[in-house]
Amino acid sequence: MKTWQRFKSSYLLYSFKRDPVAILSFGVLMVLVVISLLAPVVAPYNTYDTSTIDIMDAETPPTWMEGGDERFILGTDIQGRDLLSTMIYGLRVSLLIGVGAVLFQAFVGILVGLLSGYLGGKLDAFLMRIADIQFSIPYLIVAIFTSAIFKLAFGVGRYEELAVPLLIIIIGMSEWPKYARTVRASVLGEKNKEYVEAARVIGISRWHIMYRHVLPNTLTPVLVISTIQVAEAVMSEAALSFLGLGMPVTKPSLGTLIQSGFEYIFSGSWWITFYPGILLVVLILVILLLGDWLRDVLNPKLYKG
Amino acid sequence: MFAFIVRRIIQAIIVMLVIGLVGFIIQHQIGDPVRDLVGERVTPAEREVIRDRLGLNDPFYIQYARFVKNAVKGDLGLSFFYKKPALKVIISKAPATIELVIVTALLLILISIPAGIYSAIYPKSWLSRIVMALSTIGVAIPVFLTAIALIYFFGVELNWLPSYGRGETVNIWGWESGFLTLDGLKHLILPSVSLSSIMLPLFIRLVRAEMMEILETEYIKFAWAKGLHRQRVWYIHAFKNTLLPVITVFGVQLGILFAFTILTETVFNWQGMGFMFLEAVERSDTTLLVAYLVVVGVIFVVVNTIVDIVYGLVNPMVRIAGTK
Repeated sequence: MKTWQRFKSSYLLYSFKRDPVAILSFGVLMVLVVISLLAPVVAPYNTYDTSTIDIMDAETPPTWMEGGDERFILGTDIQGRDLLSTMIYGLRVSLLIGVGAVLFQAFVGILVGLLSGYLGGKLDAFLMRIADIQFSIPYLIVAIFTSAIFKLAFGVGRYEELAVPLLIIIIGMSEWPKYARTVRASVLGEKNKEYVEAARVIGISRWHIMYRHVLPNTLTPVLVISTIQVAEAVMSEAALSFLGLGMPVTKPSLGTLIQSGFEYIFSGSWWITFYPGILLVVLILVILLLGDWLRDVLNPKLYKG
Repeated sequence: MFAFIVRRIIQAIIVMLVIGLVGFIIQHQIGDPVRDLVGERVTPAEREVIRDRLGLNDPFYIQYARFVKNAVKGDLGLSFFYKKPALKVIISKAPATIELVIVTALLLILISIPAGIYSAIYPKSWLSRIVMALSTIGVAIPVFLTAIALIYFFGVELNWLPSYGRGETVNIWGWESGFLTLDGLKHLILPSVSLSSIMLPLFIRLVRAEMMEILETEYIKFAWAKGLHRQRVWYIHAFKNTLLPVITVFGVQLGILFAFTILTETVFNWQGMGFMFLEAVERSDTTLLVAYLVVVGVIFVVVNTIVDIVYGLVNPMVRIAGTK
C-alpha cells in the first residue's frame, strides 16, 4: 500500500500522465504483451498442433481479397497455417526471447560491473579488457558468429529443438558489455560515498554492501538501458531468424515468418511478409519510444536532440 | 606518444591471438580435416596414419602455434566446398561487399548532412518535422524489411530496378567491379539504399544535434553580430565544427555497417562476403567459416587500432588516460 502511495505521487507517474506518446506506446505495448501471454486463448487456431493444418489452405489471401477464406482473417502462410494465429504465437516467441536475453545480459553485466567496479584492481582490469574487446566488435556480428558456431556444433536438429534458450544465451552474450560498463561506472561513483563508508565501519561484509547498498543505487541507468535493450534484442532475434540461424519454421518467431514469406513475395503473396513485418515494427517502435521517454524522465542530463 | 602506439599495437596483437584461438578451437572441435581430405571410405587405421602425418595428434598448443604461423603467412586452410585456399575465396568475394559499403557510405553522407543541417536551421518547418518523424520510425524498421519493401515495389510491382545479384561486372586486375557498367550500377541501387536506411536516422539526428548545439555557441552569436551573411555563418562557420564528431561516429559505424551487409546480401543474393559466410554455415564449411572470422577480426582490430592512434595524436587526453 505504501509503495503504491509513493508511486502515485512520484515524478515518474506525473510525467507519464502528461506525455501522450508515452501513454499511447505503453498502451500498445501492454495490449501486445497481454495478447502474447494469452496466445492459446486469443489465437483462433493452435499453430503448434499440426493436426489442424491443411497444406491445401496454403497461401490463402486475406478475407477481403479475391480467393480469401472466412476462416482465415489475414490469410494463411506457406504451410497453410492461419496467419493471425501464427503471428500471435510468433509475437510470443519474439517477446520471450527479447525479454529473456535482456534478463540474461543484465544478470551477467551487472555481476561483472559490480565485481569489477567494487573490487577493482587486477580483476577489474581483466574483466574490462574483455568487455572492451567485445565492445569493439559489433554485437550483431558476435551474435551471428556465435549462432553459426552453435548451429554447427549442435547440429541442425538439436539446434532447432533448443532454439529458444540458445538464442537467449547468444543474444545475451553479445550485449552484456553495455551493462557491465554502465554498472561499473555508477559503482565507481557510489563506492566512495559516505553511506558505503558507514556500512563498512559498522562491519557489514563486502558482499552485503555490494548487493544491498551499492546495487540498488546503480539501478536507474540499468532500467533506462534495459528498455532499449529489449527492442534491440527483439531486432537481433528477428535478424538471426531471418538469416536462418534462429527459430525454425515449425515454431516461427516474427523474423522467421518474414523470411518464409519473402520467398513467396515474387509470386504476389505479400501478406505473409507484410503483417508480421508491421507487427514487428510496431513492437520495436513502442518499446523504443517508451525507452526514450524513460531516459528523458530519469536522466534529464543525458537528453540530446 | 611512441609508447602509446606500441601499447596499442601489442594490445591489437593480443586480441588477434584470442580471435585466432577461438577460430582454432572451432576448427579443432567441429571440423575434421581427415574427413575433408579422404571422405568416408577409408579405414580407421589409415585415418590414424593420416592424422599422425598431418600432426593432428600433437599437443594442443603446438597445433595452435602452427595455426598461427600459417595464418600469419596468409594460409588459412582449404575451403571444403570450393577446394581452394579459404583466403582466396574470401578475397574473390570482397569487391562485392566493399563496393556496396562504399556506395552506402556515399549515400549516407549525401543525404544525412543536408537533411541534418536543414532540420537544425529550420527546426519548426514541416519538412524538418517529417524528417524527424521518419527518422524516429526508421530506427524501428529492421534492414531486411526495408529491403523486402523496396524489392516488392521497385522490383516486383513497378519492375524498374533489378533486385537480384550484381548484374554485369567488369574485371579490372582481378577486381570484379560493378561500377563501370550501367547494369552493375542499377543493381547497386536497391541494396545500397536499404543498407543506408539503417544508419540514416542516426546520422541525421547526430548532424542535427551537433549543428543545433553549435548554433547556440558564442562565436556564432558573434558572427551574427558582425553581420556576416547567413549562408556564411551556417555553412562555413557552424557546419565545419559539426564535422569532427560526425566523422568520429562515422568511423565507428562503418564497422557496424559491415555487419549489416550480411543481412542485405542475403536478401539481394549479393555475392559478397556475407553471403559466402551464410553459405559456409549451411555447408558446414568450417575452414571457410574460421577464415572469415579471422579476416573480419583483422579488419576490426586494424580499424580500431588506427582510430585509437589517430585519436591519441589529435587528443592528448586519450593517451594520458591510458597510462597508469
